[in-house]
Amino acid sequence: MAKVTIKVNGKNQTRTVEDRMLLVDFLRDELKLTGTHIGCDTSQCGCCTVHVDGRAVKSCSMLAAQAHGAEVVTIEGLAKKGKLHPIQRAYSECHGLQCGFCTPGMIMATAGLLKDQPNPTEEEIYKGLEGNLCRCTGYINIVKAVKMSARLLRGKAR
Amino acid sequence: MYSLSYVKAKSVKEAAEFVARNPEAKLLAGGMTLIPTLKARLARPTHLVDIASLPELRRVEAKGGQLVIGAGMKHHEVATSAVVKKAIPALAGLAAEIGDPQVRNRGTIGGSLANNDPAADYPAAVLGLGATVVTTKRSIAADDYFQGLFATALEEGEVIVRIEFPVPKRAAYSKFPHPASGYAMAGVFIAQTAGGVRVAVTGAGPGVFRWKEAEAALAKGFKPAAIEGVKLDASGLNTDIHADREYRANLVRVMAKRALAKLSGRK
Repeated sequence: MAKVTIKVNGKNQTRTVEDRMLLVDFLRDELKLTGTHIGCDTSQCGCCTVHVDGRAVKSCSMLAAQAHGAEVVTIEGLAKKGKLHPIQRAYSECHGLQCGFCTPGMIMATAGLLKDQPNPTEEEIYKGLEGNLCRCTGYINIVKAVKMSARLLRGKAR
Repeated sequence: MYSLSYVKAKSVKEAAEFVARNPEAKLLAGGMTLIPTLKARLARPTHLVDIASLPELRRVEAKGGQLVIGAGMKHHEVATSAVVKKAIPALAGLAAEIGDPQVRNRGTIGGSLANNDPAADYPAAVLGLGATVVTTKRSIAADDYFQGLFATALEEGEVIVRIEFPVPKRAAYSKFPHPASGYAMAGVFIAQTAGGVRVAVTGAGPGVFRWKEAEAALAKGFKPAAIEGVKLDASGLNTDIHADREYRANLVRVMAKRALAKLSGRK
């Protein structure tokens, strides 16, 4: 067993878990943060994307033990004081989802992309979301949502 | 995933000793191949020895005509390093095209080389640039390091510490990624080095290899047209559901020309 302390959405969380426990299972089963989804379980779909020390990663392809001492942000950590994060607002307004299953991962991947490229071209958006799949193929509105997110974040909009 | 013990190594030496003592232990760096492999229960190590954040493995330095990259450097870090971009821009460009952003935020150069996936990108750069793989035991020339499908010169208990790349006059990489997996169906790294022209091919065969006929042709004239009509024996190339060997041979030729085209106009 491994004693693991991870700062999740600003709060230290300590649990004793099996060494083989994946970070995504730590978030979902131990912390009940079920916004992070398990889509494919083969590291391809990106539904489980969270940020570890500021970088987007697939939490199904990392052990909880590997995140010991790290800062993790999940989809639940984006909204502040009941107010949607600008990227969440953009996905909502652009209807950047169909069934919504991939959305938490898409939003966390978008946040990662916009950190590196605050004003991405369409090509850069395709590349930036290459690690995320939408089974509904709702990509047109997802790309629109990323563009709106970029505008909102650059303009520091409410 | 089968049950196992996670061990965080305090030094490269400790990690090397641990895996030497425990033959069923596995080194863990970014885990971008290893963790999915374990989840599919395709391997059953007793221990995972985490070396990802060891400071000894996390350096990038250019000096004396060499670019030195620590084995623990992540693809994203190599892709965005000002030092790498200045010394060997083709290498930074290659790292920027590996997998997807999430993979590049975790996967390491040392992990890619230790795994030696036949469709991985880094082996093409290491072989194409004639780099040296420095381990806890010795220095291994790229020409001796890669030994075919997932096989390398690494021995039990030997850990990659860094890779030393001689800075070439110029170099370029071009790949045809599989549209779903992103892995190279053919990737060609071409470098004009002090020791001559080197052409390394990944994705097309059972392991990275040098295309010697193209090297000879390019030594006479370093331009895309030189590749026309150069022999490429397709008999040893991969044939699968995605592409047969003749198609892959053609892809290699096209990727070689695209790599050369990237260099036209650049000295």
